[in-house]
Amino acid sequence: MMEKPSVFQERVLPVLTILFALLVIWYVAVVFLNAPFERDTAGRAGTTITFSEILPKTMFQQRPVLPAPHQVIAEIWDTTVNKAVTSKRSLVYHAWITLSATLLGFIMGGVLGILLAVGIVHNRAMDRSFMPWVIASQTIPILAIAPMIIVVLNAIGISGLLPKALISTYLSFFPVVVGMVKGLRSPEQIQLDLMHTYHASKAQTFWKLRWPASMPYLFASLKVAVAISLVGAIVGELPTGAVAGLGARLLAGSYYGQTVQIWSALFMAAALAATLVMVVGLAHTAVLKRMGIKP
Amino acid sequence: MNQTSESVVSARQLGLTFETNDGPVHALTGVDLSVNKGDFVSFIGPSGCGKTTFLRVIADLEKPTSGTITVNGLSPEEARRKRAYGYVFQAAALYPWRTIENNIALPLEIMGYSKQEQKERVDRTLDLVNLSGFGKKFPWQLSGGMQQRASIARALAFDADLLLMDEPFGALDEIVRDHLNEQLLKLWDRTNKTICFVTHSIPEAVYLSTRIVVMSPRPGRVTDVIESPLPRDRPLGIRETPEFLEIAHRVREGLRAGHSYDE
Repeated sequence: MMEKPSVFQERVLPVLTILFALLVIWYVAVVFLNAPFERDTAGRAGTTITFSEILPKTMFQQRPVLPAPHQVIAEIWDTTVNKAVTSKRSLVYHAWITLSATLLGFIMGGVLGILLAVGIVHNRAMDRSFMPWVIASQTIPILAIAPMIIVVLNAIGISGLLPKALISTYLSFFPVVVGMVKGLRSPEQIQLDLMHTYHASKAQTFWKLRWPASMPYLFASLKVAVAISLVGAIVGELPTGAVAGLGARLLAGSYYGQTVQIWSALFMAAALAATLVMVVGLAHTAVLKRMGIKP
Repeated sequence: MNQTSESVVSARQLGLTFETNDGPVHALTGVDLSVNKGDFVSFIGPSGCGKTTFLRVIADLEKPTSGTITVNGLSPEEARRKRAYGYVFQAAALYPWRTIENNIALPLEIMGYSKQEQKERVDRTLDLVNLSGFGKKFPWQLSGGMQQRASIARALAFDADLLLMDEPFGALDEIVRDHLNEQLLKLWDRTNKTICFVTHSIPEAVYLSTRIVVMSPRPGRVTDVIESPLPRDRPLGIRETPEFLEIAHRVREGLRAGHSYDE
């Protein structure tokens, strides 16, 4: 009989292997990308420098082309743990600014997506007229439309959280519409016929059949929606000279050549996205479990 | 129309033609039939003979294109609005997110029964199909035969006197099917419902029915209606008696006359 592999072998080891490989590649890249700066510096000083002298220097530059992992980790540690969360130097503060816009946009996008899907499924005219526009809306590059939304809303006196949330909404309603239209249409003909034989109303068919049947589709699309909501919020902070938020950190970092700051903001955004997707995943599992779906 | 008060389903020159891309398909032509109160009528024939279509017309799931049909003296649509029948499909069609008792309560919720009455009826019908104690289970935790029994309980939960069953045991193995046939007869005897039962099994049709309607395809039509002389009380062993075999023989002859065995 085969021995059952441990959790470490099954789950942790593969992840660690990839992580280790990535770190190795990263460090090698750090040396090669940051070395020219050291050679130039030495050249200007009229001295020559050996590779073994360059190597340690590439790990601790002030403005490296590619910061080393330990520099990024140190920066993240410094800007999260060592700073008060209300400080403008705190990454937690900036993450919260972006997260609040993300969540507001995600909720509005989710609700809008569900409402549109309900309309499309129940109304033939809406099915014909709305669906092409829903698809067309996503062919416009968000980078082009984001500044216009911000500027137009600013002109009528709306600024701050809402414009960014609206960009998140613009991105996140789409997967919800597509997923929910499919989900609300997922009941089999035989299950719909059953409702017909009971002379059930449209509302009863919706709440007792279409809605519960659509749950797996809803959560699958919410996972996509929450991730792109975050992208939307960050994009919303980029073109407007926003002073706070992860997007603002990215922008400020690139203005002043603060690559360490850019990378730490990137990692914070990635961690945030992973957490959000995981939370939606947990909600998914909890709902399906409550519904008694076969595990 | 000369129609006795006992007639539950009455069809005259009923026809249904589906328009398809390959031309019209005559699913039913010239069907004259009446089903009386308390009857157990089986519809038998090969696929494409319109037996399921006829059942769906009774249930107002399909609209006939010619002829007339009444259910309890009303049009099928009016009868459906009055919840005149319970329908059992080929598959159990239980909702996977509802427990067995909540599945049975589904029509009761829709029809607006009180919580108290829902519970009483669920318990009673679960008992009727021998599923007491399984109410809290989810469908996937039950075998195929038990799921189909739950779907019968769901059709029995409200007070429809007419039960329409579309090959309800078609997907089950023969041992389970024998057992369910026996239970269904007992249930019919106890509840005094009128049952229309679609099948493609000759022994099943003969064993269950008071009348057997033999149908043929292309175009879908009725070729023979056989009144069964078998008593109401039917042990499984009755299937080896000469009377039983004689009716089975007549059904087979009817199918042959309709060219059901060609091709």
